[in-house]
Amino acid sequence: MMKKVALNGAGLLVALFAAFPVYWMVATSLKPNREIFSSTPRPVPAEPTLEHYREILTGNLIPGVTFADFFLNSALVALATVLLSGLVALLAATAVARFRFKLRTTFLIMLLVVQMIPLEALVIPLFLMIQRLGLYNTLPSLILTYLGFSLPFAVWMLRGFVAAVPKELEEAAAIDGASRAQTFRKVLFPLVAPGLVATSIFSFITAWNELIFALTFINDQQKYTLPVAMTFFFGRDDTAWGSVMAASTLFTLPVIVFFLLVQRRMVSGLVAGAVKG
Amino acid sequence: MTTLTEATGEAAARETPARRRRRRVDHLPYLLLLPCLAIIAVLLLWPLGQVVWMSFHKLDSVRQLRGDREWPWVGLANYAQILGDPFFRTVLRNTVLFALANVALTMILGTLVGLLLNRLGKKMATFVASCVMLAWATPALTGTIVWKWIFDDTSGLVTWLFNKLPDGLSTALFGRSDWTGYGWFNDPLMFFAILTLVVVWHSFPFIAVSVLAGLKSVPTELQEAARVDGAGPWKVFWSVTFPVLRPVFGILVVLSTIWDFKVFTQQFVLAGGTQDRSTFMLSIYSYAEAFSPPPKYGLGSAIAVILTVILLVVTALYVRMVLRQEDE
Repeated sequence: MMKKVALNGAGLLVALFAAFPVYWMVATSLKPNREIFSSTPRPVPAEPTLEHYREILTGNLIPGVTFADFFLNSALVALATVLLSGLVALLAATAVARFRFKLRTTFLIMLLVVQMIPLEALVIPLFLMIQRLGLYNTLPSLILTYLGFSLPFAVWMLRGFVAAVPKELEEAAAIDGASRAQTFRKVLFPLVAPGLVATSIFSFITAWNELIFALTFINDQQKYTLPVAMTFFFGRDDTAWGSVMAASTLFTLPVIVFFLLVQRRMVSGLVAGAVKG
Repeated sequence: MTTLTEATGEAAARETPARRRRRRVDHLPYLLLLPCLAIIAVLLLWPLGQVVWMSFHKLDSVRQLRGDREWPWVGLANYAQILGDPFFRTVLRNTVLFALANVALTMILGTLVGLLLNRLGKKMATFVASCVMLAWATPALTGTIVWKWIFDDTSGLVTWLFNKLPDGLSTALFGRSDWTGYGWFNDPLMFFAILTLVVVWHSFPFIAVSVLAGLKSVPTELQEAARVDGAGPWKVFWSVTFPVLRPVFGILVVLSTIWDFKVFTQQFVLAGGTQDRSTFMLSIYSYAEAFSPPPKYGLGSAIAVILTVILLVVTALYVRMVLRQEDE
């Protein structure tokens, strides 16, 4: 009995430590300024208000540019990354999961290795490439970069989904006279679609969260993605914590929702094969 | 093409299915791989080579990068300059100590939480796991911003908590009783402590969930048998649970090491940019050398190469582990 109480107590402590910052972000964003800057912080907003949200959604974060503009830039970059990376990854995953060919193992090892390349070390050479391609200060520079970053993990993850589709289904379709393209489109694709969604979400999160490259490749303020805008916006004069927390909440919410949808795959993707149930 | 081959009736039908398949071991898989390979080659492998190439040059202006000016070859001069700089040794020491401390703390906390989740009742476990997921899902950027707010020097929660300490106790322990206006991020040691808190908070959930997944594959009978034989919880963990989890632990340690060696976003946000050199670690050092005016792309590249080589060694370990498991 004592033991159970102790265990549950420890559980509550862990839950508090893990979730508190997220709670505090949302709570602060809903407090009027006098509560935020009072000398005794309140655990729960006494007079909840949406004024900070109104502020960032209607006002200009940087002269002439609103939160919505940054949000759109980020969404555009992330969606383009997702579409491209999903398409390319699906082709590659099909090759790896459905065919035995000479360089298959080599390719898989390479996938693992490139995932470990410290992307931070690639800022300088990619900056060079972007300059040479004339893409500096454009959103496509980021789409291209994030495509490279998200692809290896996407292929690694999708290959499991493709392999899970019974081969017999495709063979049956082939016997019924379906061409390879038809089999792919009508049999394999619908069955892999949930996996493709899960994989896409990871690519989305990668692109949505990225800061360093966006900071380096974009110069015009109206082309900033949300993370860059946030680092810029936050820390000017006295930090307006209410607005910063409201912006953080709006930035974080889609990620949390998406993440919770797919987190189980994350574990299996990363510790590939280590956990056998 | 393929449709045609399949449709050309009798000749194909006479072949055995196996032969047909072998004849079809065609270029299709390579064709499917082509876009992926091209992207990886151009966007990851080529830059990786390029950064090494750049590190052998003196590159101090964007015009050189655009190709308008020459690239003077300086051989190993950039490396000589860095390795001879006492500041680099400080940065390297900071990086290694930070990574070691963070990997250790993340692994210990993550494992304990994983073990705890495995012991809790179903409802409680779901509740705690959901909270843990929240920390994991939060982007590095906003997670760090919130911690910065919690440590704000006037209205931050931690400042308030320390002000609540009895004045005598606070003075005896820390030499001050009024914490309002105390710059939590000014002292490098304190900065690293908070950075550790932020990074561990972000990364322990992954360890906890992976350990939990591993624990589910440990037959409970084994643990019970050990307990019946009189083993205490410590003994049960080390002689029954740990051996089963060992491969998982190996991979988790390596992954954590790789992640903690190149922490960037959290540090950048917590330090408010790249001005504070006293808290530099390798990845931010490389970035600051290259992009803070005056730009030194060659020098920054050399630091990036050193970071990459360190991580390459760790990666080699990782790949060996994964491959061994795929074989089993």
